[in-house]
Amino acid sequence: MSVTTAEPRPRQRAAQRRQGGTTLTGTGTVIRFILRRDRVRLPIWIGAIVLGVVGSLPTFPETYPTAADRQARADLLDNPATIALTGPAYGTDNYTFGAMTANELLVWVAITMALMSVLLMVRHTRAEEETGRTELLRAAVLGRHAGTTAAFTVVAGANVLIGLLLGALMPAALDELSMSSSLLFGAAATSVGVVFTGVGALTAQVTEHARAATGLGAAAVGVAFALRAIGDVGTEALSWLSPIGWAQRTRVYVDDRWWPLLLSLGLTVLLVALAFAITSRRDVGAGVIQPRPGSPRAGARLSTPLGLAVRLQRGNLIGWTVGLLVFGLAYGSLASSIEEFVSENSTLQDFLGDSDSLIDGFMAMVVMMMALLAAAYGLTAVLRLRSEETMGRAEPVLATAVSRTRFAASHLVVALGGSLLLMLVGGLGLGITAAIALDDGSVFGRLFVAALAHTVGVWLVVAVAAALIGLAPQLVHLTWVVLTYGVVVGVLGGFFQFPDWVTKISPFDAASTLPGGDLGTVAVVIMGVLAVALLWIGLLGFRRRDLTTT
Amino acid sequence: MTTAIDVAGVVKTFGTVRALDGLDLRVSTGEVHGFLGPNGAGKSTTIRVLLGLLRADSGTVRLLGGDPWDDAVALHRRLAYVPGDVNLWPNLTGGEAIDLLGRLRGGLDEKRRQDLLERFDLDPTKKGRTYSKGNRQKVALVAALASDVELLILDEPTSGLDPLMEAVFTECIDEWKDDGKTVLLSSHILAEVEKLCDRVSIIRAGTIVESGTLAELRHLTRTSIHAETARAVTGLDQLPGIHDLVVEDHRVTFDVDTAQLDGAVKHVTGFGLQSLTSQPPTLEELFLRHYGDELAAEGVTTEAGAVS
Repeated sequence: MSVTTAEPRPRQRAAQRRQGGTTLTGTGTVIRFILRRDRVRLPIWIGAIVLGVVGSLPTFPETYPTAADRQARADLLDNPATIALTGPAYGTDNYTFGAMTANELLVWVAITMALMSVLLMVRHTRAEEETGRTELLRAAVLGRHAGTTAAFTVVAGANVLIGLLLGALMPAALDELSMSSSLLFGAAATSVGVVFTGVGALTAQVTEHARAATGLGAAAVGVAFALRAIGDVGTEALSWLSPIGWAQRTRVYVDDRWWPLLLSLGLTVLLVALAFAITSRRDVGAGVIQPRPGSPRAGARLSTPLGLAVRLQRGNLIGWTVGLLVFGLAYGSLASSIEEFVSENSTLQDFLGDSDSLIDGFMAMVVMMMALLAAAYGLTAVLRLRSEETMGRAEPVLATAVSRTRFAASHLVVALGGSLLLMLVGGLGLGITAAIALDDGSVFGRLFVAALAHTVGVWLVVAVAAALIGLAPQLVHLTWVVLTYGVVVGVLGGFFQFPDWVTKISPFDAASTLPGGDLGTVAVVIMGVLAVALLWIGLLGFRRRDLTTT
Repeated sequence: MTTAIDVAGVVKTFGTVRALDGLDLRVSTGEVHGFLGPNGAGKSTTIRVLLGLLRADSGTVRLLGGDPWDDAVALHRRLAYVPGDVNLWPNLTGGEAIDLLGRLRGGLDEKRRQDLLERFDLDPTKKGRTYSKGNRQKVALVAALASDVELLILDEPTSGLDPLMEAVFTECIDEWKDDGKTVLLSSHILAEVEKLCDRVSIIRAGTIVESGTLAELRHLTRTSIHAETARAVTGLDQLPGIHDLVVEDHRVTFDVDTAQLDGAVKHVTGFGLQSLTSQPPTLEELFLRHYGDELAAEGVTTEAGAVS
């Protein structure tokens, strides 16, 4: 018996070779595993992005039927205020549907794909590691780099698929768009997504916590957006530091340049190589920064449910606060460019009277974007209530003398108070630099009112999530749909010219013309009442239902 | 004697699964009550109902004289809980978690906190996510044992503890008992329950199948007898309550229902008893007797399986 087994058969020899293995061994299995886990999530992301873009194209000819209509839109774009928000206006001399698609849509598609990539990448790397599941897999026959490689393959693959689908379907949806240019449009959007897949791979290596890794990745998206905004308005070199800037510099549908995408490719390779290098050096479960011992005793503030909620959410809130402050400061500083632009442009001066309305419109847009960001924060904060429950950490707290209501309310206070803080800090940042640029201190008061008015809409979004946590906790993530609706209507509303009611039902509409325009007082009051009712329903529901962990 | 926990006819369903199916459970004040059952029998569900984390579909639940759902906050001041699977906040240290849970309950005994940290050999400066499973368990145990309460509810509290720490835990529970306090100890470690508990309830598929003192429960089961006699024993198989009889020359081995022990031993004595060893039933046998048929169905044979 021993004689026959001593002579390995060919199949056994192959098996022995496999036993040697590389750091990539098992990648294929993990890819299939990720696809299995995300068999619903991935199609939703891909479908939503592709259908969102392709589905909107047929409305172009309806909204802008004549060349004159399109040209009027182009004239509206070619100023620092709009450029700061979307990107360099090109092809405005002959504003074709293609140029329109590139100028008005590309940046938003790219940002969506960037966020998708960061979220998915961290979900399949650091989040898995943090829960300890990676350890289980790595104890099996699995190479050190297999996890990151598999996640990168799937997420980058999803980006490529979106790009290809866009390239193939956009010409079908709008005849004027050529296939070759549409493929470049898809590739440009994909390039941003893929770079941020690499960013996600890297941030997942740096911190121990998935939440922090996602936060860092999202902050990188913000930095990329801000760099190109400042670069596009002033020093163009800054735009060349941003992957979003590179995508826009393809000048797709006008000049169709492919070469800027090489920069994205190079950066991606660099990011992934860095992620690999860190993986090779660090322990499983650890980050780059080693945890230090902490205090053996709890501080005085850590004595109440609110103290706990604040402590748990502190880092998240600080990150967002800094982000919104910088966002406000950066955009406020552009006010002087806008003023200059108007004073130099006499025809525009005749048309607008003075620079005020353009600056007001610009600031209204910036405050609206702050409100959308504050709502995103509010959602992550209120979702913490749910994750504490599902992670089993609510149970020991609720087994002490803490009522359900008090426990839930403390997380709601952080979500509501935190989003108010963000609006005020963002408004302050915008006000500081805008007041200096315009030499006009009165802007503070108006921005303060705008920030407060928008907070009500933000709170309504938080309240929707709270109500769902109380009544149907499995559905709470649907609240992201409400926020997405607000983003689409608020940011792209000017371009798409949605019917009135579509715009009006967004929680961010009532204050959308502030600080310059009028406040929809009735709408704000209605939203406030609705928010209070939903929060109350949420608390009541949370008190009455079973604690669940799924 | 007053009743600390009184559960009667409690039903709890999750979708189509009947997790608790008419459960009755009584724990008297001052006793250490073992709550035995395999995984998935409904131990944790029962405890969550007792803590007001889950709401019973029907039946009555009284805890320290109150309703665990309606009076949760007031009752929780008087009890401490250790979950079976302790999840700590990743960025809070163990010491902070202990203080937090103690304060939320209404205060910690500082001296005991320090004493327990030393006895359990726990470093309170480490962050939650760097603790091993056993150390997370210790954090929850210290938080619970350092608080000044009447009732401890422990859900498999020693899972992950090493034998040394298990011994410390046993000591702590003994002290707790000496102070006249009540403990509900859910476990599937029979030796632990046998060592610590005054009374035991065995749960199976959401129902209590056996409840009583260890002595009472032993009465319900069998004693193993091994005897050597001058003459070969005959006629033993005619007696009631005899199982697994093996007669081998002058040696005889059998199990006998505890109720029939007297008759059986008298019968054996008639053949000139030379040596006799008897083995009282262990909790393990009790346990296996109640789950033996499940094991048998799965093809596992056990000595105390009672598959007759």
